[in-house]
Amino acid sequence: MGDSKTEIKFSQLFINGSFVDSLSGNTFETLDPRTGEVIALVAEGGKEDIDLAVKAAREAFDHGKWPRMPGSERGKILMKFASLIEEHADEIAAIDTLDAGKLFYFGKFAQIPAIAGNVRYYAGAADKIHGETLKMSREFQAYTLKEPIGVVGAIIPWNFPSMMFSIKVSPALAVGCTVIVKPAEQSPLSALYYAHLAKLAGIPDGVLNVVPGFGPTAGAALASHMDVDKVTFTGSTEVGRKIMEASAKSNLKSITLELGGKSPVIIFDDADLDMAVELARLAIFFNKGEVCIAGSRVLVQEGIYDEFIKKCIEKSKEWKVGDPFDPTVNQGPQIDKTQYEKVLSYIELGKSEGAKLVSGGKACGDKGYYIEPTIFTDVKDDMRIAQEEIFGPVMSVMKFKTIDEAIERGNCSIYGLGAGVITKNIDTVNQMSRSLRVGVVWVNCYFAFDPDLPFGGYKMSGFGKDQGMDSIEGFVKKKTVATPLYNSPWL
Amino acid sequence: MAACGRRITSLLCRAPLKNLMSGTVLPARVNRFGTAATAVEEPPIRPDVKIDYNQILINGQFLDSASGKTFPTYDPRTEEVIAHVAEGDAEDIDRAVAAARQAFDNGPWRKMTAYERSRIINQCADIVEKHNDEIAMLETLDNGKTYEQASKIEIPTVVRILRYYAGWPDKIHGLVVPADGPHHVQIMHEAIGVAGQIIPWNFPLLMLAWKVGPALACGNTIVMKTAEQTPLSALYVAKLFHDAGLPPGVLNIVSGFGPTAGAALASHTDVDKVAFTGSTATGKIILELAAKSNLKQVTLELGGKSPFIVCEDADVDEAVELAHFALFFNQGQCCCAGSRTFVHESIYDEFVEKSKARALRRVVGDPFKTGVEQGPQIDDLQFKKILGCIKSGVESGATLETGGGRFGNKGFYVQPTIFSNVKDEMFIAKEEIFGPVQSILKFKDINEVIQRSNASRYGLAAGVFTQNIDTANTLSRSLRVGTVWVNCFDIFDAAIPFGGFKMSGQGREKGIDSLKNYLQVKSVVTSLKNPAWL
Repeated sequence: MGDSKTEIKFSQLFINGSFVDSLSGNTFETLDPRTGEVIALVAEGGKEDIDLAVKAAREAFDHGKWPRMPGSERGKILMKFASLIEEHADEIAAIDTLDAGKLFYFGKFAQIPAIAGNVRYYAGAADKIHGETLKMSREFQAYTLKEPIGVVGAIIPWNFPSMMFSIKVSPALAVGCTVIVKPAEQSPLSALYYAHLAKLAGIPDGVLNVVPGFGPTAGAALASHMDVDKVTFTGSTEVGRKIMEASAKSNLKSITLELGGKSPVIIFDDADLDMAVELARLAIFFNKGEVCIAGSRVLVQEGIYDEFIKKCIEKSKEWKVGDPFDPTVNQGPQIDKTQYEKVLSYIELGKSEGAKLVSGGKACGDKGYYIEPTIFTDVKDDMRIAQEEIFGPVMSVMKFKTIDEAIERGNCSIYGLGAGVITKNIDTVNQMSRSLRVGVVWVNCYFAFDPDLPFGGYKMSGFGKDQGMDSIEGFVKKKTVATPLYNSPWL
Repeated sequence: MAACGRRITSLLCRAPLKNLMSGTVLPARVNRFGTAATAVEEPPIRPDVKIDYNQILINGQFLDSASGKTFPTYDPRTEEVIAHVAEGDAEDIDRAVAAARQAFDNGPWRKMTAYERSRIINQCADIVEKHNDEIAMLETLDNGKTYEQASKIEIPTVVRILRYYAGWPDKIHGLVVPADGPHHVQIMHEAIGVAGQIIPWNFPLLMLAWKVGPALACGNTIVMKTAEQTPLSALYVAKLFHDAGLPPGVLNIVSGFGPTAGAALASHTDVDKVAFTGSTATGKIILELAAKSNLKQVTLELGGKSPFIVCEDADVDEAVELAHFALFFNQGQCCCAGSRTFVHESIYDEFVEKSKARALRRVVGDPFKTGVEQGPQIDDLQFKKILGCIKSGVESGATLETGGGRFGNKGFYVQPTIFSNVKDEMFIAKEEIFGPVQSILKFKDINEVIQRSNASRYGLAAGVFTQNIDTANTLSRSLRVGTVWVNCFDIFDAAIPFGGFKMSGQGREKGIDSLKNYLQVKSVVTSLKNPAWL
């Protein structure tokens, strides 16, 4: 298996094109969730390191060539970056498996190539940032310019260390911003590897900086920094609120927040039952349930409810938990002890709230943070397991009667990130698609992510979009220019 | 088939323009026009390039033409034959269209993801970049343009254009539009199908890139007819595209003549779209053939008589250099050449004097020689046509300031020529000369120059030279042309749409607008039951 030969080459901060120790000299441990053992000691960025990184990014933005070169030149460099990522897919996938318990073969053959594709998408977008010429009602000539917003802080989570790095950094770089990434303290290693590849690709010093560290120190310093023009954050709603507060209290920097969810998967009586079971299982157990848009509320129409549960239980038994380097395994360990204990405590809570535990419900293995795929049925809307984000492999199944009820209960959440709708009826599809107050609706599919598909939430799931051309809007400022016209033959 | 041209690239803003065009630094033994005619009498430089491909390319295979006929393609430096090329006619067009049809209707291309198509177009760009120099040699050999221009500007711009279009396939967005009633409306943009593309000889490979880029990005398949004067580079590059992963049948190339192969393509009932760059006279024929056959959609990029307007506040030296470039670039074989130089009366005499001096400094000679600014015209027909236009200029009373005849005694070289005191009604002020002949006209005020500039059946482009923002804005809005260059000329970035008003054509090439030429629009309207909102 790939783990024994994976050497950790980069564990320092990456600032202004160089790997450096933190100013304090402090380090922190990053752990292998399969064993709880230390993989590497990583330089711990603090406020003063963030200051240095911001200074480098500021200089690169204010005086460097990156924002001043044509978009096509940036695109060329990003294409090189994408090719380097693809060439190193094996090594990067192994790092994410070691650091975050992610499935190695999925990473190597699907996720990392998809990340290269994502970088290529924005490489191709770099020369397609269009302003507009405007129709004024008086004798004026006016137009808009979309200019790079400046220095961007990107604070990314541990559940998809590589994908989150790519979807934040690629559009920011494509438009000409400079970036400071703070990866999660649980999974800092792949971001440092990407920094190394970015330098090889020719991204100039200072344009991309990576400062591993903790939220309350490095993250807070970035969010409240007066020289940072934008913070894009993916993580919990609770931390999102802090980021927004920090912006308000500092320089009103613009922000994009991609936060939590409690996304419904709504299965109607006319659904293909096997497909429904397959999708519902994928929607909650994929990536150990550590997915912001996990389909964590499964609403099933009463006509197929019992049969759905029966099949779902059978299918969950086939879902293999184990070492993520094993190609036959479906689910690796949870990210760390804190999350592991949190998920187990939600399972206990579900039981005590009166939901019926029909499958799983326990930790598994003799070491590491493994949890069985768990299914609760007879879950009620007011239970905490139906309202709060568990972020683990815990499915909550609920019964509904009518489409109106499904809409109302589907929307009955502080979150609005995504939804799945499973039915063959076109009217049901259209009514559900327009009625659900969520950022993405997947019809007869789930996790249909794509570089061109904007992603982001309604309500307390956040604001702004990742991916697609929409995410470009988060990294530009629009400037309008107007000038009077004399003797124009038309307006 | 006559053709019309253009110059390409953002590389050519002012500084490189001076390096490339002004000839201020010349290696030894390069002769300026006016001082020596010996340059062209030296033996021509023999480029290190082989002609590997001279057949018709159908479904990824090089084939002889159905008739077995060939035609010669000439080196315009020497008037000698470079190669004999398979001559396509109606039967070959039929075969090529059948291959393109099959590739579109049943092949892998149509079912590829946008990302896969994007990867292939990028790989095509990479492979052209790798073979830059030999492609540029072929281009110079077949066309007579300078090797410096081909190798440093045109082929790199081909690469750039391809990369631009490689970025489009996964970003072609239709809209979802509101309905007045309970209806859900999605607008899909779908490939048109088989595109026929007919390209000219003045920028052979660039015209190929402008045409195939958007067609491929949108998922179409192509039958391309190249100009009979310059068939070589397209065959070479199309072969490279296949090496880079382009599936067979997606791009088919038929060399041949307009009245035979070109007409067959334009009137083919299995061709869904035809795009043509060339003369206005031929553009009319193409449009008629489309009308008489299957009403295929037509894009035309045709001739021009573009004004270059030098206002009284202009820096005369800069204006002279830019106006010189606007006209003489590519031997004057540009559809958007600044062929009517309007100069304000207050600086007219100085401008004419300095333009004459600049033309006398222009280095004419073997286009493979470093430092040469101007090679031969494309062929005997064009050469004689240009000399005829010059004669007409003299006869109509314009003042011949410099040039006016053949340069050297072999090859299709023409002296850089300048007429002053040109009047609007003269032939040389109205018709496209497509050669190194600058006509300088005098104007008094801005309203007059607007009116005179627009008094043309063409409307391709215009140059405006002024430091005054109000003058620039007034002219930009008043000129009925597809492109206005203010204090610059021939800026041809991939993202800038290009095309004409009036009889200069229909549709736009390059930029996001070019995608429209290769997409059908389909509206899908679905009845909604109980929608939450409309």
